[in-house]
Amino acid sequence: MTMEKPGLIESATFSRDVIHEIQRAADTGIYDIRGFGAKRKVPHFDDLLFLGASMSRYPLEGYREKCGTDVTLGTRFAKKPIKLDTVVTIAGMSFGALSANAKEALGRGANIAGTSTTTGDGGMTPEERQNSKTLVYQYLPSRYGMNPDDLRKADAIEVVLGQGAKPGGGGMLLGQKITDRVAQMRTLPKGIDQRSACRHPDWTGPDDLAIKIQELREITDWQVPIYIKVGATRTYYDVKLAVKAGADVIVVDGMQGGTAATQDVFIEHVGIPTMAAIPQAVRALQEMGMHRKVQLIVSGGIRSGADVAKCMALGADAVAIGTAALVALGCNHPKWDEEYQKIGSAAGFYDDYHEGKCPAGISTQDQDLASRLDPVDAGRRLANYLNVLTLEAQTLARACGKSHLHNLEPEDLVALNVEAAAMAGVPLAGTNWIPGKEF
Amino acid sequence: MKFDLKTQTVREVNQALHDLPKDKQAEVEINGISGDHNLAVGMDHPVKITLNGHAGYYCAGMNKEAEIIVNGNAGQGVAENMMSGKVHVKGNASQSAAATAHGGLLVVDGDAAARCGISMKGVNIVVKGSVGHMSAFMGQSGCLVVCGDAGEALGDSLYEAHLYVKGKVESLGADCIQKEMRSEHLEELSALLKEAGCDDNPEDFTRYGSGRQLYNFKVDNTSAY
Repeated sequence: MTMEKPGLIESATFSRDVIHEIQRAADTGIYDIRGFGAKRKVPHFDDLLFLGASMSRYPLEGYREKCGTDVTLGTRFAKKPIKLDTVVTIAGMSFGALSANAKEALGRGANIAGTSTTTGDGGMTPEERQNSKTLVYQYLPSRYGMNPDDLRKADAIEVVLGQGAKPGGGGMLLGQKITDRVAQMRTLPKGIDQRSACRHPDWTGPDDLAIKIQELREITDWQVPIYIKVGATRTYYDVKLAVKAGADVIVVDGMQGGTAATQDVFIEHVGIPTMAAIPQAVRALQEMGMHRKVQLIVSGGIRSGADVAKCMALGADAVAIGTAALVALGCNHPKWDEEYQKIGSAAGFYDDYHEGKCPAGISTQDQDLASRLDPVDAGRRLANYLNVLTLEAQTLARACGKSHLHNLEPEDLVALNVEAAAMAGVPLAGTNWIPGKEF
Repeated sequence: MKFDLKTQTVREVNQALHDLPKDKQAEVEINGISGDHNLAVGMDHPVKITLNGHAGYYCAGMNKEAEIIVNGNAGQGVAENMMSGKVHVKGNASQSAAATAHGGLLVVDGDAAARCGISMKGVNIVVKGSVGHMSAFMGQSGCLVVCGDAGEALGDSLYEAHLYVKGKVESLGADCIQKEMRSEHLEELSALLKEAGCDDNPEDFTRYGSGRQLYNFKVDNTSAY
């Protein structure tokens, strides 16, 4: 690549970004830790297109003909499955990583849109339960804030085995974010780094997990659905084992999924793209005769109604959003640009969630910063965004002649390039060719 | 009140236990146990439960308030995430006993396997026999008392849990160090031994705790991770 000045050629191997990272590593002696999700470009839903109806298919009339968006999760064993108005849900994000106001705003927004939100590492806060009509309680390896009373208050339990941003990795909430309240909830001293384990402490494999799930069901008298969340890697096998272990719902989080803080090398180099994981998960479910019986939630870099509709077409029952929800609340908003600049970033680029200095008051425990986020206003913004995602997905579904988002199918999609065609298992546009017989 | 797992299911028994009036101090006996998993989990009552037989995984998991006695061995994860109350295993316990437990007392008359008290968060554990490797790994708070020996890497990556071992320790884990036994520790240990029904002399024990060198990430400590 030639730079602006004639004669200066930037190395494709040692680009300015790479040089900067080498210099940063040499200065500090530690790998880069950051929040947000993967920033590298990987095959994504943008590489898929819908085949809107013309002659061979019959479209539905926008704003007139019904296109359902509701979903019921946990129909396999739970006495009280979750019923949501939209297929778009909110992914687990912890109090500690996020401010209490941000957690409250997520609950408020989800309530307005008729969907669920999810706790995270750090447990369930009373404010979160109070402000979330439908709340999924995460059962995490660290078991910070794990409380059977909260478990019984949950509308569903999500056993977290992995996260798309860091499958196989734990986490570290750096000491600067550990206030008195966060420390108290996690039974750890204030100001020290809090390590989230990479594996559960009391089971070591799928057979143990089956018994663990049964324990959670016994404690909650088989009332609420049990989700299993995995980071997308060996998705086909993980989904099969999760079904066998007794999951009501499986959450597959692709590599574009966000995080509060982990190693950059993990975010960018571990896991597979969300689009590639869905067909693997669906194939596993179909082979077991459990597609639509064990519901599939997909997350990791979902941004628009097109992404939502494409997930549905590939066979998901619902999607979860994390990073996009934070952006809707106000993360990286241009109105804070001057403040982002002061801490060495800029609006649209801020990813140092672990430092606790978030100018938008979202990924912080600093009370002054956190008070900048009005949970009512931010909740409204999130609800607006959720509604847009749903409306956009509906629009695309109607164009494909579908009266419910779940009626979308792979046949409605084509791929723009060979990579996407192979990963998604749909034909290359203008052909009948699906690369490879296995995916 | 008596149950028999030869004629009743674990589900039926647990539901009956959960349905007990919360203010009633009942006594319950469960017979016919043959390694069944998830027995007496999620208790939220001041009830005394006696399990006659060997229990499977997660017996007494997430216990609150109840006193649960296992007249036999207990499988993996006994009293996991216990909040309060007491669990007494008269035989041996398998691995991950009292994992992540926040409170209450676990007494094991025999030995406990690997990772006893892993990520303990306030529970007190008294093992009259020995414990396996990586016990109290990432232990946050509470006490682990071992009247016998401890396996490799005791207290690896420990936070603020107190460890007392009478016998030999195979090895200490990262950032776990021997510490002075001061009067308040002798007092704490004496009370736990008494509560567990042990007549061991507290002065025969050695205390271990966190060196607090790994509390905040430092690049010079990378060899310890």
